[in-house]
Amino acid sequence: MVNLKEKSKKRKSIVWIVLSTFFMIATLSVLVYFLIFLIRNGINAISWDFITDIPRKNMTEGGIFPAIVGTFYVASLTVLISVPLGISAAIYLNEYASQSLIVRLIRLSIRNLSGVPSIVYGLFGLGIFAATLGLGTSLLSSALTLAIMSLPWVITASEEALKAVPNSFREAGLALGTTKWQTIRFLVLPYALPGMATGSVLALARAAGETAPIILTGAAFFLPHLPRSVNDRFMALPYHLYILATQHNRLDLVRPLAYGTALVLIAMVLLLNMIAIVLRYRARKKQEW
Amino acid sequence: MNESNREELKSRIKQDSHKQNLSNFFIEKIFLICGVLTIVFLGLIVWFLISKSWPAISEIGLREFLTKTRWMPSSPIQAGYGALSFIVSSILVTVGALIIGVPWGIFTAIFIAEVAPTRIKEVLKPVVEILGIIPSVVYGFIALLIIAPKVAQLFGLSNGLTALTGSVILAVMTLPTIVSITEDAIKSVPKDYREASYALGVGKWDTIIHVVLPAASSGILAAVMLGFGRAVGETMAVLMAAGNALNMPIKEIFNIPLPTLLQSVRTLTANIAIEGSDVPWGSLHYHSLFVVGLILFVITFIVNIIADLMLTKFQKVNKNG
Repeated sequence: MVNLKEKSKKRKSIVWIVLSTFFMIATLSVLVYFLIFLIRNGINAISWDFITDIPRKNMTEGGIFPAIVGTFYVASLTVLISVPLGISAAIYLNEYASQSLIVRLIRLSIRNLSGVPSIVYGLFGLGIFAATLGLGTSLLSSALTLAIMSLPWVITASEEALKAVPNSFREAGLALGTTKWQTIRFLVLPYALPGMATGSVLALARAAGETAPIILTGAAFFLPHLPRSVNDRFMALPYHLYILATQHNRLDLVRPLAYGTALVLIAMVLLLNMIAIVLRYRARKKQEW
Repeated sequence: MNESNREELKSRIKQDSHKQNLSNFFIEKIFLICGVLTIVFLGLIVWFLISKSWPAISEIGLREFLTKTRWMPSSPIQAGYGALSFIVSSILVTVGALIIGVPWGIFTAIFIAEVAPTRIKEVLKPVVEILGIIPSVVYGFIALLIIAPKVAQLFGLSNGLTALTGSVILAVMTLPTIVSITEDAIKSVPKDYREASYALGVGKWDTIIHVVLPAASSGILAAVMLGFGRAVGETMAVLMAAGNALNMPIKEIFNIPLPTLLQSVRTLTANIAIEGSDVPWGSLHYHSLFVVGLILFVITFIVNIIADLMLTKFQKVNKNG
């Protein structure tokens, strides 16, 4: 009787182990399968010309240079706007704020902003920047939209970095009679900077991969030239991939280019993430406390 | 040091500290303003969605948007503004994604938390996170080329771009969210619970099933809700995978209307993306797209609030336990 119970117990635990192992393997296989699929099909399309040439013959030939540059521009501009704002907000929340109503409201807003769908940001950007403020569909409208969207990511990452600086640093400063700002400037920020840099690079990677907001606010189907100012429209890798994959009138002809674009996009995003990981790793190694 | 010198020094220190105080005050205020900007932005989003929707709502009526299915905003003869099929499609695709993604994610999380040795765990976590890094347009591309043909083949359809295709790719995309939050929830169940259970002679897996998972349940539910929020707001993957046909995903079987995953559908997000780029600004069509956006915002807002409440409750319970 006891033996039987033991057996059924054992069987039950084996079922759970097998099930969880199965799903774990499924997760890994899906990831590996997707990546191999993209690499195998995309690698042939990639050449020096593909990276450096403009699209030719109605985008059925040539390269994706303007899309790469456009993505670089919009992602950099986004980070340029959102990182200073985000870091400052994080400094306020972690260094100055007490548990007041305003702080609770700020935190609530950050959590809600991070849950707003990207297409709603696009719609908002279209409404406020492009239409109401008269910036039109442009690089600047897109970057501003993406900047608001990436603000919660930057704030969260920067706060983590600030939290990782031990309190004894701040107390040491205050004990020496430095002001609050001096303490933050010389004793907290230098040690939080690597973590903030990691967060910023991650935000850059995510902004570079976003499509929905820029469709509404400034990405162009095709441009024969690079954007000359922030008021120009721009081509972007993710939007270019979307067009090549579904919107082109000769889908069969542009398929290899679509594979190549997908591979370049994912390589770029993974590379940026790797840079972020290396930054974090090096900062941790240098940590002396 | 003579008397006058000392006085001068004193007054200078006083002045300096006064200046310091003043600049410190302004520096703090600048940081505060940056923090408050997040409130301003959220407020602006809500205000813009409502004020830009208003012309359409007042002219057509919210009722038409929420209860009608005919969407033909640019038709010159008889325009239709029914968004019900988008709402149903969005929810259908999302629920489909969760039916696949939730068990998948939870079991993956159980593997990471309970089965994997520590060293493998440290590798698995970032690997699962890679799934969250891949841009959604790339997922859409993959769905188009890998999943859609499989769906077509499996169900004998001429076109594989269906709600099911969208659900499958969304399931993969929500995995990182569900896995990481579920794993966190399992990990933060107090050790005492386990030990008490072991002390009573209960085995490891019985403890996990009857003690740990129930204790983590509100955290796991929060993971599911966040997965729902992420999936319902996802644009590019669904746009590329689900076909975008304007119809209700309903099929009558023995005269009973049932939702079907094997039809081409257009979600709330996809409709905004398709029509938003070339809609004339200020037209009724333009304002009606903001209504669609507002509906989407309200759905995700409610879902995220529920998830938030569950997470807070979970953290509170565990603090006490």
